[in-house]
Amino acid sequence: MQIYLPIAEVSVNAFLLLGIGGMVGILSGMFGVGGGFLMTPMLFFIGIPPAVAVATGANQIVASSFSGLLAHLRRKTVDLRMGTVLLVGGMVGAAIGVRIFTALKAVGQVDLLVTLFYVVFLGIIGTLMFFEALSAIRRARMTNPPRTKRKRINWIHAMPFKMKFRASGLYISVIPPVVIGMCVGVLSAIMGVGGGFIMVPAMIYLLSMPTKVVIGTSLFQIIFVAGFTTLLHATSSYTVDVVLAVLLLVGGVIGAQVGTRIGSRMKAEQLRILLALLVLLVCGKLALDLLLRPNELFSLQILGGL
Amino acid sequence: MLRALVLWLMLSVPAVSEEIVLGLSHDQVGITATFDGTNVLIFGAVKRTAPIPSGAPLDVIITLAGPPVDVDIRRKSRRAGIWVNTDSVRATGVPSFYAVASTAPLPLILSDSTDSQYRISVRRALLSPGTTGKGADIPVFLEALVRIQARDDLFQDGQSPLALEEETLFQTSVDLPSNLVEGQYTTRIFLLRDGVIVDTFQTSIDVAKVGLERWLYTLAHAQPLVYGIMSLLIAIVAGWLASAVFRAFQR
Repeated sequence: MQIYLPIAEVSVNAFLLLGIGGMVGILSGMFGVGGGFLMTPMLFFIGIPPAVAVATGANQIVASSFSGLLAHLRRKTVDLRMGTVLLVGGMVGAAIGVRIFTALKAVGQVDLLVTLFYVVFLGIIGTLMFFEALSAIRRARMTNPPRTKRKRINWIHAMPFKMKFRASGLYISVIPPVVIGMCVGVLSAIMGVGGGFIMVPAMIYLLSMPTKVVIGTSLFQIIFVAGFTTLLHATSSYTVDVVLAVLLLVGGVIGAQVGTRIGSRMKAEQLRILLALLVLLVCGKLALDLLLRPNELFSLQILGGL
Repeated sequence: MLRALVLWLMLSVPAVSEEIVLGLSHDQVGITATFDGTNVLIFGAVKRTAPIPSGAPLDVIITLAGPPVDVDIRRKSRRAGIWVNTDSVRATGVPSFYAVASTAPLPLILSDSTDSQYRISVRRALLSPGTTGKGADIPVFLEALVRIQARDDLFQDGQSPLALEEETLFQTSVDLPSNLVEGQYTTRIFLLRDGVIVDTFQTSIDVAKVGLERWLYTLAHAQPLVYGIMSLLIAIVAGWLASAVFRAFQR
Protein backbone atom coordinates (compact mmCIF):
# COMPACT_ATOMS: atom_id res chain seq x y z
CA MET A 1 0.00 0.00 0.00
CA GLN A 2 1.58 3.24 -1.15
CA ILE A 3 1.20 6.24 1.10
CA TYR A 4 1.95 9.84 0.19
CA LEU A 5 3.95 11.69 2.84
CA PRO A 6 2.69 15.30 2.93
CA ILE A 7 5.96 16.95 4.01
CA ALA A 8 8.55 14.67 2.42
CA GLU A 9 6.39 14.85 -0.74
CA VAL A 10 7.22 11.34 -1.81
CA SER A 11 5.10 8.25 -2.07
CA VAL A 12 6.43 5.22 -0.17
CA ASN A 13 5.13 1.82 0.77
CA ALA A 14 3.46 2.01 4.18
CA PHE A 15 4.46 -1.57 5.03
CA LEU A 16 8.08 -0.79 4.21
CA LEU A 17 7.97 2.04 6.76
CA LEU A 18 6.26 -0.17 9.35
CA GLY A 19 8.89 -2.82 8.61
CA ILE A 20 11.81 -0.42 9.06
CA GLY A 21 10.23 0.85 12.26
CA GLY A 22 9.73 -2.72 13.42
CA MET A 23 13.25 -3.81 12.57
CA VAL A 24 14.86 -0.84 14.30
CA GLY A 25 12.44 -1.44 17.18
CA ILE A 26 13.55 -5.08 17.52
CA LEU A 27 17.19 -3.99 17.56
CA SER A 28 16.55 -1.24 20.07
CA GLY A 29 14.65 -3.68 22.28
CA MET A 30 17.42 -6.30 21.98
CA PHE A 31 20.28 -3.95 22.66
CA GLY A 32 18.56 -1.37 24.84
CA VAL A 33 19.46 1.53 22.56
CA GLY A 34 17.23 4.22 21.09
CA GLY A 35 17.91 3.16 17.54
CA GLY A 36 17.82 6.64 16.07
CA PHE A 37 21.30 6.13 14.68
CA LEU A 38 19.99 3.19 12.64
CA MET A 39 16.58 4.65 11.75
CA THR A 40 17.86 7.82 10.10
CA PRO A 41 20.34 6.12 7.71
CA MET A 42 17.62 3.57 6.80
CA LEU A 43 15.37 6.45 5.78
CA PHE A 44 18.18 7.85 3.61
CA PHE A 45 18.51 4.46 1.90
CA ILE A 46 14.81 4.34 0.91
CA GLY A 47 14.87 7.83 -0.54
CA ILE A 48 13.43 10.08 2.16
CA PRO A 49 15.13 13.50 1.84
CA PRO A 50 17.85 13.69 4.56
CA ALA A 51 16.46 16.92 6.01
CA VAL A 52 13.07 15.27 6.54
CA ALA A 53 14.63 12.06 7.85
CA VAL A 54 16.63 13.90 10.51
CA ALA A 55 13.79 16.16 11.69
CA THR A 56 11.25 13.33 11.72
CA GLY A 57 13.75 11.10 13.52
CA ALA A 58 13.84 13.61 16.38
CA ASN A 59 10.05 13.56 16.56
CA GLN A 60 9.98 9.77 16.58
CA ILE A 61 12.58 9.56 19.37
CA VAL A 62 10.45 11.68 21.72
CA ALA A 63 7.56 9.30 21.33
CA SER A 64 9.55 6.06 21.55
CA SER A 65 11.44 7.20 24.67
CA PHE A 66 8.28 8.37 26.44
CA SER A 67 7.08 5.06 27.86
CA GLY A 68 10.64 4.21 28.89
CA LEU A 69 10.93 7.42 30.88
CA LEU A 70 7.58 6.77 32.62
CA ALA A 71 8.85 3.37 33.77
CA HIS A 72 12.07 4.91 35.13
CA LEU A 73 10.17 7.71 36.90
CA ARG A 74 8.02 5.10 38.64
CA ARG A 75 11.16 3.26 39.76
CA LYS A 76 12.69 6.60 40.84
CA THR A 77 15.82 5.95 38.79
CA VAL A 78 15.96 9.44 37.30
CA ASP A 79 18.28 12.12 38.64
CA LEU A 80 16.03 15.07 37.82
CA ARG A 81 18.56 17.64 38.94
CA MET A 82 21.35 16.21 36.81
CA GLY A 83 18.84 15.76 33.97
CA THR A 84 17.91 19.43 34.12
CA VAL A 85 21.55 20.55 34.06
CA LEU A 86 22.23 18.28 31.06
CA LEU A 87 19.04 19.60 29.48
CA VAL A 88 20.13 23.22 29.67
CA GLY A 89 23.32 22.34 27.82
CA GLY A 90 21.31 20.16 25.42
CA MET A 91 18.95 22.94 24.41
CA VAL A 92 21.83 25.30 23.67
CA GLY A 93 23.52 22.55 21.66
CA ALA A 94 20.34 21.75 19.75
CA ALA A 95 19.86 25.41 18.86
CA ILE A 96 23.43 25.57 17.53
CA GLY A 97 22.97 22.29 15.66
CA VAL A 98 19.75 23.39 13.96
CA ARG A 99 21.42 26.68 13.01
CA ILE A 100 24.29 24.80 11.34
CA PHE A 101 21.83 22.39 9.71
CA THR A 102 19.70 25.18 8.21
CA ALA A 103 22.72 27.11 6.97
CA LEU A 104 24.23 24.07 5.27
CA LYS A 105 20.86 23.09 3.80
CA ALA A 106 20.83 26.44 2.02
CA VAL A 107 24.21 25.81 0.39
CA GLY A 108 23.47 22.17 -0.42
CA GLN A 109 25.96 20.56 1.95
CA VAL A 110 23.55 19.14 4.51
CA ASP A 111 23.74 15.58 3.12
CA LEU A 112 27.50 15.66 3.40
CA LEU A 113 27.38 17.02 6.96
CA VAL A 114 24.91 14.38 8.13
CA THR A 115 26.73 11.53 6.39
CA LEU A 116 30.12 12.62 7.74
CA PHE A 117 28.76 12.84 11.28
CA TYR A 118 27.31 9.36 10.90
CA VAL A 119 30.48 7.83 9.50
CA VAL A 120 32.67 9.36 12.21
CA PHE A 121 30.44 8.58 15.17
CA LEU A 122 29.26 5.14 14.07
CA GLY A 123 32.86 4.26 13.26
CA ILE A 124 34.19 5.32 16.67
CA ILE A 125 31.34 3.82 18.69
CA GLY A 126 31.27 0.59 16.69
CA THR A 127 35.00 0.02 17.01
CA LEU A 128 35.08 0.81 20.74
CA MET A 129 32.09 -1.43 21.41
CA PHE A 130 33.54 -4.28 19.39
CA PHE A 131 36.85 -4.35 21.26
CA GLU A 132 35.20 -3.75 24.61
CA ALA A 133 32.87 -6.70 24.07
CA LEU A 134 35.73 -8.89 22.83
CA SER A 135 37.79 -8.24 25.94
CA ALA A 136 34.69 -8.80 28.08
CA ILE A 137 34.27 -12.25 26.52
CA ARG A 138 37.95 -12.99 27.05
CA ARG A 139 37.67 -11.89 30.67
CA ALA A 140 34.59 -14.11 31.19
CA ARG A 141 36.61 -17.09 29.97
CA MET A 142 39.32 -16.52 32.55
CA THR A 143 38.87 -18.40 35.78
CA ASN A 144 39.74 -15.48 38.00
CA PRO A 145 38.67 -12.28 36.21
CA PRO A 146 40.70 -9.26 37.31
CA ARG A 147 38.44 -6.43 38.41
CA THR A 148 38.80 -3.25 36.43
CA LYS A 149 38.51 -0.37 38.81
CA ARG A 150 36.70 2.72 37.62
CA LYS A 151 39.04 5.65 37.78
CA ARG A 152 37.96 9.04 39.04
CA ILE A 153 38.92 11.75 36.64
CA ASN A 154 40.42 14.41 38.85
CA TRP A 155 40.46 17.48 36.62
CA ILE A 156 36.69 17.18 36.16
CA HIS A 157 36.21 17.29 39.90
CA ALA A 158 38.44 20.30 40.33
CA MET A 159 36.19 22.71 38.40
CA PRO A 160 34.18 25.52 40.01
CA PHE A 161 30.34 25.94 40.30
CA LYS A 162 29.89 22.75 42.30
CA MET A 163 26.42 21.39 42.84
CA LYS A 164 24.95 18.52 44.86
CA PHE A 165 23.24 15.76 42.88
CA ARG A 166 21.60 13.67 45.58
CA ALA A 167 20.10 10.93 43.39
CA SER A 168 23.53 10.28 41.87
CA GLY A 169 25.36 10.83 45.16
CA LEU A 170 27.69 13.33 43.48
CA TYR A 171 29.04 16.74 44.41
CA ILE A 172 30.59 18.04 41.18
CA SER A 173 30.92 21.11 39.03
CA VAL A 174 28.02 21.85 36.62
CA ILE A 175 30.41 22.61 33.76
CA PRO A 176 31.06 19.01 32.59
CA PRO A 177 27.37 18.02 32.46
CA VAL A 178 26.45 21.25 30.64
CA VAL A 179 29.21 20.65 28.07
CA ILE A 180 28.23 16.98 27.62
CA GLY A 181 24.58 18.00 27.23
CA MET A 182 25.56 20.57 24.65
CA CYS A 183 27.55 18.11 22.54
CA VAL A 184 24.67 15.64 22.60
CA GLY A 185 22.28 18.46 21.65
CA VAL A 186 24.34 19.32 18.57
CA LEU A 187 24.42 15.64 17.57
CA SER A 188 20.70 15.29 18.12
CA ALA A 189 19.96 18.22 15.81
CA ILE A 190 22.37 17.20 13.05
CA MET A 191 21.97 13.41 13.11
CA GLY A 192 18.34 13.05 14.16
CA VAL A 193 19.32 10.80 17.03
CA GLY A 194 18.63 10.88 20.76
CA GLY A 195 22.33 10.67 21.52
CA GLY A 196 22.04 8.01 24.20
CA PHE A 197 25.02 6.21 22.71
CA ILE A 198 27.22 9.20 23.61
CA MET A 199 25.36 10.28 26.73
CA VAL A 200 25.42 6.97 28.58
CA PRO A 201 29.18 6.33 28.34
CA ALA A 202 29.86 10.00 29.11
CA MET A 203 27.75 9.83 32.28
CA ILE A 204 29.37 6.62 33.45
CA TYR A 205 33.01 7.32 32.60
CA LEU A 206 33.28 11.13 32.78
CA LEU A 207 30.76 12.04 35.47
CA SER A 208 31.08 8.76 37.45
CA MET A 209 27.30 8.54 37.85
CA PRO A 210 25.89 5.32 39.34
CA THR A 211 24.72 2.97 36.55
CA LYS A 212 21.19 2.60 37.91
CA VAL A 213 20.26 6.27 37.32
CA VAL A 214 22.11 6.62 34.00
CA ILE A 215 19.47 5.25 31.62
CA GLY A 216 16.52 7.08 33.21
CA THR A 217 18.38 10.37 33.37
CA SER A 218 19.57 10.13 29.79
CA LEU A 219 15.99 9.32 28.64
CA PHE A 220 14.75 12.38 30.55
CA GLN A 221 17.31 14.59 28.83
CA ILE A 222 16.79 12.99 25.42
CA ILE A 223 13.02 13.48 25.42
CA PHE A 224 13.26 17.19 26.09
CA VAL A 225 16.19 17.83 23.78
CA ALA A 226 14.64 15.79 20.93
CA GLY A 227 11.29 17.54 21.51
CA PHE A 228 12.99 20.91 21.39
CA THR A 229 14.90 19.86 18.24
CA THR A 230 11.64 18.76 16.60
CA LEU A 231 10.10 22.16 17.24
CA LEU A 232 13.21 23.95 15.94
CA HIS A 233 13.24 21.88 12.75
CA ALA A 234 9.48 22.35 12.33
CA THR A 235 9.75 26.12 12.60
CA SER A 236 13.01 26.70 10.72
CA SER A 237 12.96 24.23 7.84
CA TYR A 238 9.41 22.73 7.88
CA THR A 239 10.79 19.23 7.61
CA VAL A 240 8.91 17.27 10.29
CA ASP A 241 6.64 14.69 8.64
CA VAL A 242 4.08 13.54 11.18
CA VAL A 243 2.68 10.77 8.94
CA LEU A 244 6.17 9.31 8.55
CA ALA A 245 6.83 9.60 12.29
CA VAL A 246 3.63 7.79 13.26
CA LEU A 247 4.19 4.90 10.83
CA LEU A 248 7.78 4.39 12.03
CA LEU A 249 6.66 4.62 15.61
CA VAL A 250 3.89 2.04 15.43
CA GLY A 251 6.32 -0.44 13.87
CA GLY A 252 9.02 0.59 16.33
CA VAL A 253 6.98 0.16 19.50
CA ILE A 254 5.83 -3.33 18.54
CA GLY A 255 9.34 -4.26 17.39
CA ALA A 256 10.82 -3.09 20.69
CA GLN A 257 8.58 -5.46 22.67
CA VAL A 258 9.63 -8.37 20.47
CA GLY A 259 13.28 -7.30 20.67
CA THR A 260 13.29 -7.17 24.49
CA ARG A 261 12.15 -10.79 24.53
CA ILE A 262 14.85 -11.91 22.10
CA GLY A 263 17.46 -9.91 23.98
CA SER A 264 16.66 -11.53 27.32
CA ARG A 265 17.54 -14.95 25.88
CA MET A 266 20.99 -13.92 24.66
CA LYS A 267 24.26 -13.26 26.46
CA ALA A 268 25.13 -9.61 26.97
CA GLU A 269 28.60 -9.87 25.40
CA GLN A 270 27.29 -11.60 22.29
CA LEU A 271 24.62 -8.94 21.96
CA ARG A 272 27.19 -6.20 22.18
CA ILE A 273 29.38 -7.81 19.53
CA LEU A 274 26.37 -8.13 17.23
CA LEU A 275 25.39 -4.51 17.80
CA ALA A 276 28.98 -3.39 17.20
CA LEU A 277 29.07 -5.28 13.89
CA LEU A 278 25.72 -3.77 12.86
CA VAL A 279 26.91 -0.27 13.67
CA LEU A 280 30.10 -0.84 11.68
CA LEU A 281 28.08 -2.22 8.76
CA VAL A 282 25.89 0.90 8.54
CA CYS A 283 29.01 3.05 8.94
CA GLY A 284 30.74 1.15 6.14
CA LYS A 285 27.81 1.57 3.76
CA LEU A 286 27.70 5.32 4.39
CA ALA A 287 31.47 5.61 4.05
CA LEU A 288 31.41 3.76 0.71
CA ASP A 289 28.84 6.30 -0.57
CA LEU A 290 31.35 9.02 0.20
CA LEU A 291 34.43 7.22 -1.10
CA LEU A 292 33.19 5.56 -4.29
CA ARG A 293 32.50 7.53 -7.43
CA PRO A 294 28.70 7.97 -7.55
CA ASN A 295 26.85 6.79 -10.68
CA GLU A 296 25.23 10.18 -11.05
CA LEU A 297 27.51 13.09 -10.23
CA PHE A 298 24.69 15.59 -10.43
CA SER A 299 21.79 16.14 -8.08
CA LEU A 300 18.79 18.45 -8.20
CA GLN A 301 17.12 20.50 -5.54
CA ILE A 302 13.75 21.99 -6.46
CA LEU A 303 13.48 25.36 -4.79
CA GLY A 304 9.69 25.66 -4.98
CA GLY A 305 7.34 27.46 -7.33
CA LEU A 306 7.85 30.95 -8.65
CA MET B 1 -26.76 43.47 -50.57
CA LEU B 2 -27.09 40.28 -48.52
CA ARG B 3 -24.97 38.43 -51.00
CA ALA B 4 -22.28 41.11 -50.71
CA LEU B 5 -22.31 40.86 -46.89
CA VAL B 6 -21.92 37.09 -46.99
CA LEU B 7 -19.06 37.41 -49.42
CA TRP B 8 -17.38 40.04 -47.21
CA LEU B 9 -17.76 37.83 -44.14
CA MET B 10 -16.30 34.85 -45.94
CA LEU B 11 -13.31 36.87 -47.03
CA SER B 12 -12.60 38.64 -43.75
CA VAL B 13 -12.86 35.70 -41.36
CA PRO B 14 -9.58 33.79 -41.56
CA ALA B 15 -10.19 30.46 -43.13
CA VAL B 16 -9.99 28.15 -40.13
CA SER B 17 -10.69 24.94 -41.85
CA GLU B 18 -9.51 22.66 -39.03
CA GLU B 19 -10.19 23.31 -35.39
CA ILE B 20 -9.46 21.39 -32.15
CA VAL B 21 -12.20 20.12 -29.86
CA LEU B 22 -10.66 18.78 -26.67
CA GLY B 23 -11.57 16.56 -23.75
CA LEU B 24 -9.65 15.57 -20.62
CA SER B 25 -10.28 12.55 -18.44
CA HIS B 26 -10.03 14.91 -15.46
CA ASP B 27 -9.11 18.54 -15.10
CA GLN B 28 -8.16 18.18 -11.44
CA VAL B 29 -5.64 15.87 -9.80
CA GLY B 30 -5.96 15.54 -6.06
CA ILE B 31 -2.90 14.37 -4.09
CA THR B 32 -4.46 12.24 -1.38
CA ALA B 33 -2.87 10.10 1.33
CA THR B 34 -2.76 7.11 -1.01
CA PHE B 35 -1.68 9.06 -4.10
CA ASP B 36 0.76 7.07 -6.20
CA GLY B 37 0.79 8.95 -9.45
CA THR B 38 -2.06 9.11 -11.90
CA ASN B 39 -2.87 9.00 -15.55
CA VAL B 40 -4.45 11.77 -17.58
CA LEU B 41 -6.24 10.89 -20.79
CA ILE B 42 -6.12 13.73 -23.31
CA PHE B 43 -8.45 13.19 -26.27
CA GLY B 44 -10.16 15.26 -28.91
CA ALA B 45 -11.32 15.65 -32.42
CA VAL B 46 -10.60 17.90 -35.37
CA LYS B 47 -13.69 19.90 -36.36
CA ARG B 48 -13.93 20.78 -40.05
CA THR B 49 -16.18 22.91 -42.17
CA ALA B 50 -14.66 21.50 -45.32
CA PRO B 51 -13.54 18.02 -46.46
CA ILE B 52 -10.13 16.77 -45.30
CA PRO B 53 -7.55 18.67 -47.33
CA SER B 54 -5.55 16.51 -49.65
CA GLY B 55 -1.79 16.56 -49.65
CA ALA B 56 0.38 16.39 -46.53
CA PRO B 57 -1.15 14.31 -43.69
CA LEU B 58 -2.30 15.92 -40.47
CA ASP B 59 0.02 15.73 -37.44
CA VAL B 60 -0.83 16.31 -33.81
CA ILE B 61 1.50 17.24 -30.95
CA ILE B 62 0.35 17.30 -27.34
CA THR B 63 2.44 18.75 -24.51
CA LEU B 64 1.78 18.80 -20.78
CA ALA B 65 3.86 21.15 -18.62
CA GLY B 66 3.97 21.49 -14.84
CA PRO B 67 4.32 24.81 -13.03
CA PRO B 68 7.74 26.46 -13.47
CA VAL B 69 10.21 26.09 -10.61
CA ASP B 70 13.76 27.10 -9.77
CA VAL B 71 16.20 24.23 -9.55
CA ASP B 72 19.68 24.04 -8.08
CA ILE B 73 21.77 21.59 -10.10
CA ARG B 74 24.77 20.44 -8.11
CA ARG B 75 27.82 18.54 -9.22
CA LYS B 76 29.96 16.33 -7.04
CA SER B 77 33.68 16.05 -7.37
CA ARG B 78 36.40 14.45 -5.35
CA ARG B 79 37.83 16.55 -2.55
CA ALA B 80 40.26 15.10 -0.01
CA GLY B 81 39.26 11.60 -1.02
CA ILE B 82 35.50 11.96 -0.66
CA TRP B 83 32.78 12.95 -3.11
CA VAL B 84 31.33 16.33 -2.25
CA ASN B 85 28.98 18.79 -3.94
CA THR B 86 31.40 21.36 -5.29
CA ASP B 87 29.76 23.53 -7.93
CA SER B 88 26.19 24.35 -8.77
CA VAL B 89 24.07 26.08 -11.37
CA ARG B 90 20.65 27.54 -10.68
CA ALA B 91 18.11 27.19 -13.47
CA THR B 92 15.05 29.40 -13.18
CA GLY B 93 11.63 28.83 -14.67
CA VAL B 94 12.14 25.15 -15.48
CA PRO B 95 8.88 23.23 -15.96
CA SER B 96 8.64 20.88 -12.98
CA PHE B 97 7.08 18.32 -15.31
CA TYR B 98 7.11 18.09 -19.09
CA ALA B 99 5.66 15.49 -21.42
CA VAL B 100 5.38 15.63 -25.16
CA ALA B 101 3.55 13.16 -27.39
CA SER B 102 3.23 13.33 -31.15
CA THR B 103 1.90 11.33 -34.10
CA ALA B 104 5.38 11.12 -35.62
CA PRO B 105 8.88 11.79 -34.29
CA LEU B 106 9.18 15.51 -33.62
CA PRO B 107 12.13 16.23 -35.94
CA LEU B 108 10.08 14.91 -38.89
CA ILE B 109 7.03 17.11 -38.37
CA LEU B 110 8.30 20.16 -36.54
CA SER B 111 10.58 22.78 -38.04
CA ASP B 112 13.28 24.28 -35.90
CA SER B 113 11.80 27.76 -36.15
CA THR B 114 8.33 26.63 -35.06
CA ASP B 115 9.90 24.71 -32.20
CA SER B 116 11.86 27.71 -30.98
CA GLN B 117 8.76 29.91 -31.27
CA TYR B 118 6.43 27.59 -29.33
CA ARG B 119 9.04 25.73 -27.24
CA ILE B 120 7.56 22.33 -27.94
CA SER B 121 10.37 19.77 -27.71
CA VAL B 122 11.77 18.85 -24.29
CA ARG B 123 15.06 20.46 -25.20
CA ARG B 124 13.45 23.76 -26.19
CA ALA B 125 11.07 23.81 -23.24
CA LEU B 126 14.00 23.38 -20.86
CA LEU B 127 16.64 25.48 -22.52
CA SER B 128 14.51 28.57 -22.22
CA PRO B 129 15.13 29.09 -18.49
CA GLY B 130 17.55 31.64 -17.22
CA THR B 131 20.60 30.21 -15.55
CA THR B 132 22.99 31.62 -13.02
CA GLY B 133 26.22 29.93 -12.13
CA LYS B 134 29.90 30.11 -12.61
CA GLY B 135 31.84 28.22 -15.21
CA ALA B 136 31.40 27.72 -18.90
CA ASP B 137 29.93 24.25 -18.64
CA ILE B 138 26.32 25.30 -17.99
CA PRO B 139 25.15 23.05 -20.88
CA VAL B 140 26.58 20.04 -18.99
CA PHE B 141 24.44 20.95 -16.00
CA LEU B 142 21.33 21.35 -18.16
CA GLU B 143 22.03 17.95 -19.74
CA ALA B 144 22.14 16.52 -16.22
CA LEU B 145 18.84 18.23 -15.40
CA VAL B 146 17.15 16.62 -18.40
CA ARG B 147 18.73 13.25 -17.62
CA ILE B 148 17.73 13.17 -13.95
CA GLN B 149 14.21 14.45 -14.55
CA ALA B 150 13.74 11.92 -17.37
CA ARG B 151 14.94 9.14 -15.06
CA ASP B 152 12.30 10.19 -12.51
CA ASP B 153 9.61 10.27 -15.25
CA LEU B 154 9.29 14.01 -14.85
CA PHE B 155 10.36 14.63 -18.44
CA GLN B 156 8.75 12.34 -20.98
CA ASP B 157 9.91 12.75 -24.52
CA GLY B 158 7.46 10.88 -26.72
CA GLN B 159 7.08 7.89 -24.40
CA SER B 160 3.29 7.80 -24.63
CA PRO B 161 1.98 7.14 -28.15
CA LEU B 162 -0.44 9.56 -29.71
CA ALA B 163 -3.09 7.84 -31.80
CA LEU B 164 -4.74 9.68 -34.65
CA GLU B 165 -7.64 8.07 -36.49
CA GLU B 166 -9.08 9.13 -39.80
CA GLU B 167 -7.19 12.42 -39.40
CA THR B 168 -9.98 13.37 -36.99
CA LEU B 169 -9.89 11.62 -33.62
CA PHE B 170 -6.78 11.74 -31.48
CA GLN B 171 -5.91 10.57 -28.00
CA THR B 172 -2.96 10.03 -25.71
CA SER B 173 -2.49 9.33 -22.05
CA VAL B 174 0.20 10.87 -19.88
CA ASP B 175 1.45 9.19 -16.71
CA LEU B 176 1.93 11.64 -13.89
CA PRO B 177 4.38 10.31 -11.26
CA SER B 178 3.76 10.70 -7.53
CA ASN B 179 6.43 13.33 -6.91
CA LEU B 180 4.51 16.19 -8.55
CA VAL B 181 4.87 19.86 -7.78
CA GLU B 182 1.48 21.37 -7.02
CA GLY B 183 0.00 23.95 -9.35
CA GLN B 184 -1.46 24.50 -12.78
CA TYR B 185 -0.43 21.97 -15.42
CA THR B 186 -0.80 23.40 -18.90
CA THR B 187 -1.65 21.15 -21.78
CA ARG B 188 -1.18 22.39 -25.35
CA ILE B 189 -2.35 20.75 -28.55
CA PHE B 190 -0.87 21.64 -31.93
CA LEU B 191 -2.32 20.64 -35.30
CA LEU B 192 0.25 20.69 -38.06
CA ARG B 193 0.22 20.19 -41.79
CA ASP B 194 3.48 20.17 -43.65
CA GLY B 195 5.32 21.61 -40.67
CA VAL B 196 2.96 24.57 -40.42
CA ILE B 197 0.76 25.01 -37.37
CA VAL B 198 -2.91 24.99 -38.41
CA ASP B 199 -4.51 25.35 -34.98
CA THR B 200 -3.52 25.35 -31.32
CA PHE B 201 -5.50 24.82 -28.17
CA GLN B 202 -4.55 25.28 -24.53
CA THR B 203 -6.15 24.25 -21.26
CA SER B 204 -5.00 23.46 -17.77
CA ILE B 205 -5.18 20.76 -15.13
CA ASP B 206 -5.08 21.67 -11.48
CA VAL B 207 -2.81 19.51 -9.30
CA ALA B 208 -3.17 20.04 -5.56
CA LYS B 209 -2.93 18.18 -2.28
CA VAL B 210 -6.41 17.54 -0.90
CA GLY B 211 -7.94 16.50 2.38
CA LEU B 212 -5.59 15.53 5.21
CA GLU B 213 -2.48 16.02 3.08
CA ARG B 214 -3.52 19.59 2.24
CA TRP B 215 -4.36 20.32 5.86
CA LEU B 216 -1.06 19.01 7.26
CA TYR B 217 1.02 20.75 4.62
CA THR B 218 -0.72 24.09 5.14
CA LEU B 219 -0.49 23.83 8.91
CA ALA B 220 3.22 22.92 8.78
CA HIS B 221 3.97 26.05 6.77
CA ALA B 222 1.46 28.54 8.18
CA GLN B 223 1.61 27.54 11.87
CA PRO B 224 4.90 25.64 12.24
CA LEU B 225 4.97 25.83 16.03
CA VAL B 226 1.42 24.50 16.38
CA TYR B 227 2.24 21.79 13.84
CA GLY B 228 5.44 20.86 15.71
CA ILE B 229 3.65 20.55 19.06
CA MET B 230 0.84 18.59 17.41
CA SER B 231 3.36 16.23 15.77
CA LEU B 232 4.97 15.54 19.13
CA LEU B 233 1.63 14.90 20.86
CA ILE B 234 0.34 12.68 18.05
CA ALA B 235 3.57 10.68 18.06
CA ILE B 236 3.57 10.26 21.85
CA VAL B 237 -0.09 9.15 21.88
CA ALA B 238 0.45 6.81 18.91
CA GLY B 239 3.49 5.24 20.56
CA TRP B 240 1.68 4.82 23.86
CA LEU B 241 -1.40 3.35 22.15
CA ALA B 242 0.66 0.92 20.09
CA SER B 243 2.41 -0.44 23.16
CA ALA B 244 -0.88 -0.62 25.11
CA VAL B 245 -2.58 -2.52 22.27
CA PHE B 246 0.39 -4.85 21.92
CA ARG B 247 0.42 -5.61 25.63
CA ALA B 248 -3.34 -6.26 25.68
CA PHE B 249 -2.89 -8.53 22.67
CA GLN B 250 -0.22 -10.54 24.49
CA ARG B 251 -2.45 -11.39 27.43
